[in-house]
Amino acid sequence: MNLLRKNDLIMLGLSLVIFAVLQALISTKVLSSFWELNLIIIGINVIMAASLNLINGYTGQFSLGHAGFMAVGAYTGVVMTVFFHLPFIVSLVGGAVLAGILGFLIGLPTLRLRGDYLAIATLGLGEIIRIIIMNMDYVGGAAGFKGIIHHTSFAWVFVVMLFVLFFIKNFVNSSHGRACIAIRENEIAAEAMGINTTKYKVMAFTIGAAFAGVAGGLFAHNFYIISPGSFTFLASFNYLIMVVMGGLGSITGSIAGAFVVTFISAALAAWPEFRMIIYALALILLMFYRPQGLFGYMEITSMGIFRRIFKRGHN
Amino acid sequence: MSEALLKAENVSIVFGGLKAVSDFDFYISKGELVGLIGPNGAGKTTAFNLITGVYQPTTGSIEFNGQSIVGKKPYEITQRGIARTFQNIRLFSELSVLDNVKIAYHSHVKYGLAESVFRVGRYFAEEKKIAEESMKLLKIFKLEAHAEEQAKNLPYGAQRRLEIARALAAKPKLLLLDEPAAGMNPQETRELMDMISWIRREFGLTVLLIEHDMSLVMGICERIYVLEYGMIIANGTPKDIQANPEVIRAYLGGEA
Ligand SMILES: Nc1ncnc2c1ncn2[C@@H]1O[C@H](COP(=O)(O)OP(=O)(O)O)[C@@H](O)[C@H]1O
Ligand SMILES: [Mg+2]
Repeated sequence: MNLLRKNDLIMLGLSLVIFAVLQALISTKVLSSFWELNLIIIGINVIMAASLNLINGYTGQFSLGHAGFMAVGAYTGVVMTVFFHLPFIVSLVGGAVLAGILGFLIGLPTLRLRGDYLAIATLGLGEIIRIIIMNMDYVGGAAGFKGIIHHTSFAWVFVVMLFVLFFIKNFVNSSHGRACIAIRENEIAAEAMGINTTKYKVMAFTIGAAFAGVAGGLFAHNFYIISPGSFTFLASFNYLIMVVMGGLGSITGSIAGAFVVTFISAALAAWPEFRMIIYALALILLMFYRPQGLFGYMEITSMGIFRRIFKRGHN
Repeated sequence: MSEALLKAENVSIVFGGLKAVSDFDFYISKGELVGLIGPNGAGKTTAFNLITGVYQPTTGSIEFNGQSIVGKKPYEITQRGIARTFQNIRLFSELSVLDNVKIAYHSHVKYGLAESVFRVGRYFAEEKKIAEESMKLLKIFKLEAHAEEQAKNLPYGAQRRLEIARALAAKPKLLLLDEPAAGMNPQETRELMDMISWIRREFGLTVLLIEHDMSLVMGICERIYVLEYGMIIANGTPKDIQANPEVIRAYLGGEA
């Protein structure tokens, strides 16, 4: 089992090398501030996609309200830093906790629903969260929350993203994660094997919501103003596209999906109507040639070339 | 009788007017291997679903180890020590054979959420133990060579064996097998029956076995219950059962 620990260290080392290179390119202005911003957005989207994947891909519960939890984290965060002058890190934790609690409270009754019904319920609840925020004058209502302090940097996003990815990777490779995967595969058999299916569905939903809250905090402190318009159901749908495109049940897939979708968005920023067409085309092609997504149920560490570096054993 | 491990009294269940099981009186003692036989549609699987909490009885009581299990969820009943297989195989078909077994250790894993996500404490030691025990089970069921294959790619007979291996990983006191030999050829069936007798001794198990093929259970069961139209029409040793006119009528379909 030291093998697993060794693989973790190799993984961490590789990530830090990637970080050092990117950070050096940013510090020396080789990468313009436009690309720095995009790297930050990619990092935030990776957190959103991976946390949604925990719910949709690993546990098999169709959630469509992820942007709602992001909004909770974003607004909790800015209230804590702007109104209460709390440190950034405390606001990130605060946003995660509140989004997590809300995820728990919403998950408990709705996760009894299946498939389409759950999708509709979570979609509706995500919208309700947004509309409530829109009607709260305390946080600026529909006009948005102004005067946010810019705390988010590429380094912050990268470190938090790494934490979230390792958290989710270790979770799904434990008995708890296996319980979630068993629910996705066959709920009746999972229950018959002694798994409290309700508990694990709610657990996955709560963890996913909490991480969406963290992503919200990072997102909010990257701008001077945020508005409820950033957290519509279309945003939730965008994160779903990243998960589906990258591959359900794959962390590598969530990273790839966030990368590809963010890149397409950025490249076509000037032609938003093209963006929707390209998305649609990409998804149709995917359905035809790779319905499981780029990395469906697979990790890069278990593929040919990486096998040699990472040896045998999962993750 | 010696102490009954499982005792059902007067259990009935009604599905929209149809009494699928009625006045089911049944016991199984520690260490017994008991058969539950009857023609198709007699209510055998329904009886399993009642015992394992999938269905709630309309009337009656079910006790396991002296405690009522009526109203308990299936996972709670499994945690108390009853594991089962399914007549229509329900494996985690996209997952590896090894993972199928590992999943069933769930309620015996001794590390918490924090230990698993930060990989501290008992995580590594427990994972090692789970992997080793799972491989041991796969070996018993001659599946170790297929450990990394997807469960859905196994031949039919092997899938049935995997279901039993998975149920054993839940460390039950009572094992319920729902037509474990269905779809197997005679050779496979004989091997399976030997295997069932063997694991019962090896694991100190109590086994309740459903079969609709009477000859199959005669060889290995100590006692047999015969179900027809949801009612127990006979109960006794294989010898008694074979000689019972009610049973002969039910099986030969005569309207005597
Ligand atoms: N969930 C259910 N709803 C309605 N009828 C059911 C249900 N489950 C079983 N039955 C009926 O109960 C009877 C017994 O079925 P079953 O227990 O599967 O028989 P066996 O396993 O002995 O072949 C059948 O008539 C079946 O149609
Ligand atoms: Mg049946």
